Amino acid sequence: MGRPGRKWPAVLSLLLLWAAAGSSVAGESSRWDEIRAMLFDDRPLADGTAVLELEAPQRALDAALVPVRIRARAGAPPIRTLWLVIDENPAPVAAVFRLDPELARADIETRVRVNSYTPVHAVAEAVDGRLFVVARFVKAAGGCSAPGTRDRGEALARVGRMKIRPLEPVVAGRPVRVKIKIAHPNYTGLQIDQLTRQWIPPDYVTRVRLRLAGRTAVEVESDISISEDPTFLVTLVPPGEVELGVEVEDSSDRRFARSVRLVPEA
Amino acid sequence: MRRGWRRTLLVALLAVSRAVAGAAAAPFTVEEVAPGIWVHRGAVADFAPDNRGDIANLAFVVGTRGVLVVDAGGSAAVGRDWVAAVRGVTDRPIRWLVLTHVHPDHVFGAGTVVAAGARVIVGHARLARAFAERGPVYAASMERLLGPEVFAGSEVPAPTRTVAPGERLRLDLGDRTVEIRGWPVAHTDTDLTVLDQATGTLLAGDLVFLDRLPVVDGSLLGWLRVLDELARLPATRVVPGHGPAVAPWPAALAAERRYLRDLHDAVRGLVREGVSLAEAPARIPPPSGWRLVDPDHGRNVTAAYAELEWEE
Repeated sequence: MGRPGRKWPAVLSLLLLWAAAGSSVAGESSRWDEIRAMLFDDRPLADGTAVLELEAPQRALDAALVPVRIRARAGAPPIRTLWLVIDENPAPVAAVFRLDPELARADIETRVRVNSYTPVHAVAEAVDGRLFVVARFVKAAGGCSAPGTRDRGEALARVGRMKIRPLEPVVAGRPVRVKIKIAHPNYTGLQIDQLTRQWIPPDYVTRVRLRLAGRTAVEVESDISISEDPTFLVTLVPPGEVELGVEVEDSSDRRFARSVRLVPEA
Repeated sequence: MRRGWRRTLLVALLAVSRAVAGAAAAPFTVEEVAPGIWVHRGAVADFAPDNRGDIANLAFVVGTRGVLVVDAGGSAAVGRDWVAAVRGVTDRPIRWLVLTHVHPDHVFGAGTVVAAGARVIVGHARLARAFAERGPVYAASMERLLGPEVFAGSEVPAPTRTVAPGERLRLDLGDRTVEIRGWPVAHTDTDLTVLDQATGTLLAGDLVFLDRLPVVDGSLLGWLRVLDELARLPATRVVPGHGPAVAPWPAALAAERRYLRDLHDAVRGLVREGVSLAEAPARIPPPSGWRLVDPDHGRNVTAAYAELEWEE
């Protein structure tokens, strides 16, 4: 892909495609074929079973908060991009993760909304340009129209709060999982406020940039399929004691940033 | 000969089991748990066509000025039986309806109770907004779970009198006064309780669960805080939102408090340890002593996890 700026028109056309197809999709594969063509044109996608692991529950406990993890298997080639696609969602491309292979590993986790029973696809692009795909089927419904857990005023007042936390001891030059949780209602545009009789306008995190000492280690392009309070667990490789900066942009042009120091244990 | 005897027994057993099934579903019973306080016990079950959404406890309080109804059941069909049950006990007018929170098993009979005379509908200050957000989703799933015939005509009119968190509203029923109290986010963000001062009876809505596993749909931390305050209310008995019709107060709170505390401690431990949200539900064993544990326990773990992540 590597064509920033193409994503939003692509999402729009996918939305239209979804609207045209209605809920009666002829078959899972046809939907995926369309998404795949839009994202990758005619580039070949190899079976990624030996390269990638995609973890997602068969049946979700909460359709608005479905944990999904994509990670490279041992022996996988270095990976620079990961796509997370929820085929049957209104905006199927939930997130794209662009990794600097020197500073980040292909092991990411997030939480998504699932609108109806759907295949979930993960695609990895190796640094040599090869593409690998794996899929799982998730049973859940209603995640995109489910109301937020907080009322709107409270949700908007919290926007921009963040939690940044390494989940394991930091060791220079070694991968460490870091959790970033961002307070944001991530409104889908598919939720109704019937007091005003209007749809709540979409308002969601579009981009999260993680910088290590000023260099972008991971850039996430995200969308309405990401759950309220977008949470990303990423795997960084800090070269030593370093500042981790987190910069967030949303669809309402808000921008906020926070940073923490990653200090290797003595 | 032997064969014939067996067949007769089988027929008799079928007849008995039909009678039992009929007895469980058909009569809509109420019992007086304190002078002038009547409770209908909902089934400890999930929504299903055979229970018509009658899965929450409902109560009414009879005063000389009229009847105060607390909650309305999960469908118009239950609401009609509920009104008939009130009429079977007293001919005083139904004046007040209190909705203890936004959940569908408590509210969808409300239109029927209002049609029977309740002019004052008391709800939490956030109820209208919460129902505006959730109502369409609830209605769609109730129609699917209960069937369109049972659910037909189910409506939830907006409150005419709201009670804010921390506010106390006193209603004069004539020979008795009830105090309605609004709570901060706990079981949901719309919880109310009703305290009948004459008899020391607390109508707790779903702030108190017995038997059926508590469901966290508001805030686990908030609920634990509310429980401390709730325990201090001057009552001697409670009508829980689910479970038996009545139980001693505050002893009835112990099991729920233990479950919520254990949930809090276990989930906090996992969040601290860095155990992922995906793994967390399997890491916290289902509690014993509760019914309908699956899948609500896993959902509670998920909700608690997302909430407690902000605390670490």
